[in-house]
Amino acid sequence: MKLESPFAQRPTPGVLAVFGELGATVDAIAALKRSGHQGFTVYSPLARHELEEALAQPVSPVRAYTLIGGIAGCSIGAWITLYMSYDWPIQVGGKPIGSIPPYVVIMFEMTVLFGALTTLLGVIFNTIMAARQRGTIAYDPRFTNDKFGIFVPAEHTDAGPVEKLLKGCGAEEVRRG
Amino acid sequence: MTTHTTTRAQTPTHHTLSYDDVTRTIARTLGSPGRGYYVLLACAVTMLGIGVICLLYLFRYGLGLAGYSMPTYWAVYITCFVFWVGIAHSGTLISAILFLFRSGWRTAVYRVAEIMTVFAVMTAGLFPLIHIGRQWFFYWLVPYPNERGLWPNFKSPLVWDEFAIGTYFTVSTCFLIMGLIPDIAAIRDVATGWRKKLYTLTALGWRGTNEQWRHYRPAYLYLAALATPLVLSVHSVVSWDFAMSQVPAWHETLFAPYFVAGAIYSGCAMVITLLIPLRAFFQLEELVTLHHFENLAKLILLTGMIVCYAYVTEYFFAWYGGPTPEREAFWYRAFGRFWWAGWTMNVCNAFLPWLLWSKRIRTNLVALFVISIFVNLGMWMERFVIIAVHLAGEPFESYVRAGYNATWADWGIMLGSFGWFFMWFLLFVKNFPAVSVAEVKEELPPPEHAGRHR
Repeated sequence: MKLESPFAQRPTPGVLAVFGELGATVDAIAALKRSGHQGFTVYSPLARHELEEALAQPVSPVRAYTLIGGIAGCSIGAWITLYMSYDWPIQVGGKPIGSIPPYVVIMFEMTVLFGALTTLLGVIFNTIMAARQRGTIAYDPRFTNDKFGIFVPAEHTDAGPVEKLLKGCGAEEVRRG
Repeated sequence: MTTHTTTRAQTPTHHTLSYDDVTRTIARTLGSPGRGYYVLLACAVTMLGIGVICLLYLFRYGLGLAGYSMPTYWAVYITCFVFWVGIAHSGTLISAILFLFRSGWRTAVYRVAEIMTVFAVMTAGLFPLIHIGRQWFFYWLVPYPNERGLWPNFKSPLVWDEFAIGTYFTVSTCFLIMGLIPDIAAIRDVATGWRKKLYTLTALGWRGTNEQWRHYRPAYLYLAALATPLVLSVHSVVSWDFAMSQVPAWHETLFAPYFVAGAIYSGCAMVITLLIPLRAFFQLEELVTLHHFENLAKLILLTGMIVCYAYVTEYFFAWYGGPTPEREAFWYRAFGRFWWAGWTMNVCNAFLPWLLWSKRIRTNLVALFVISIFVNLGMWMERFVIIAVHLAGEPFESYVRAGYNATWADWGIMLGSFGWFFMWFLLFVKNFPAVSVAEVKEELPPPEHAGRHR
């Protein structure tokens, strides 16, 4: 388990609830929001639009990475082909030295290459940053299998009402983590 | 191997499964796969061994061993290159294009197709390196100036091809890894021993939090959106290696869509060839149902019809509009020295897919397996005909009908490439989830108590 958290931080005190049902999880998210809780974490073995709607999170900034990567790739593709053509001008097949149509292929490939790599970097960077902001929170291995989970950060003194709220929404199991 | 036909009402999905069943079924594929798996693995390694020995001879004695003779300097190696690139294509079609179309059935089969894609491109990439002659100078392909300051010629389709294949390999690998992360995490949480350590390391800390899914979901969509035009471009670029030249039967504007359809045609057939034994070895009958095979067969049918149309168009234009060399080239394809290759290609690619109009054949696994093998044979032969046969039969050259005979070094290295591909594929599916854990669950109804459906 040590390998799992390369950016090890001290554990965050809070309450971890395990849900067997999607509906109960969605109810619990709504109830937590109503009672003013923020910064809780929802675990899910799969992406479900019900959870996304209930959480109503801001749009991921990953799309900016994709766009910037794509534009950068296209520009680099244009630059290497044109620069390399004019650096040693040589006539090929009676075409202009800097002939755009054949270079579109290279520009396209570089757009896709850079766009994909920056997308991947964007995911890795954003999830690592998110993990660092949240600290080390409790987890249950069933969350990648068939259970949904909610972790609410709370000091020991405040944990009682949270536990009650989560149980009331249909949590199968509630524990302090 | 199950061979039965069922009605539509029985086939489509696996709604009776729970999330836990899915995880357990897929985790089981990483356990003991039985003797059949090891027999196949041993065959693959033996084939690879034969290929390596032939390759070492080729390194030692040079391309003279490859059977090249004027004017046929592109032959079996380039045929294999195009064949393996083609095989790769259906993987991206199933994983990216069908994802954009929201085709639910892809979830159970796309991982196998993606694994196939990555290893097929990896195999394809070896062939230009083998073909260049002085293999130890492979790094000359990298775009840097030579000692006289001359850069590569970016107007050459061969340079485009290098960029296209490099990008395709990188992006399809990214896409595979991206899809694997939540699934490796799911396997990590049920694994024990050294496997737990391996999956803990490779899951990259995935826990399925809302913050992780928030970035993951759109990123997967953007990767799919980038991979979709890429898959169409890569085989178009490969086809321009030929279409940009002046050889009769190569110089056709039809080539790009013709090659892309052919690539998806052969790739879907390879997915079926791989899935049928895999499903039997790993007991995946509950997840990969006849419905999936039928849909794959429909993809083969669709692309097969396009290929058939392209063949007819090629012959028609050679007869109707083409100059004499074009007409003679197509006469040579059908009735020349290599008539057997031309007709194998016609029968396997243009006639055989018509069988798939029958639902009985589409849902019969034995029939599908046999057809998929013949489709692969036909598609290999198509590339051989286009490349080697049309070079050997260039009718306007003075050394016309110079002849060409493939040698043991050609066949040995081709066999080795199949061994190389199957070895990696078999090792991968044994050690990483061959069916997507998280995405198959998306196709199931979420767990709710009765009467609580929202």
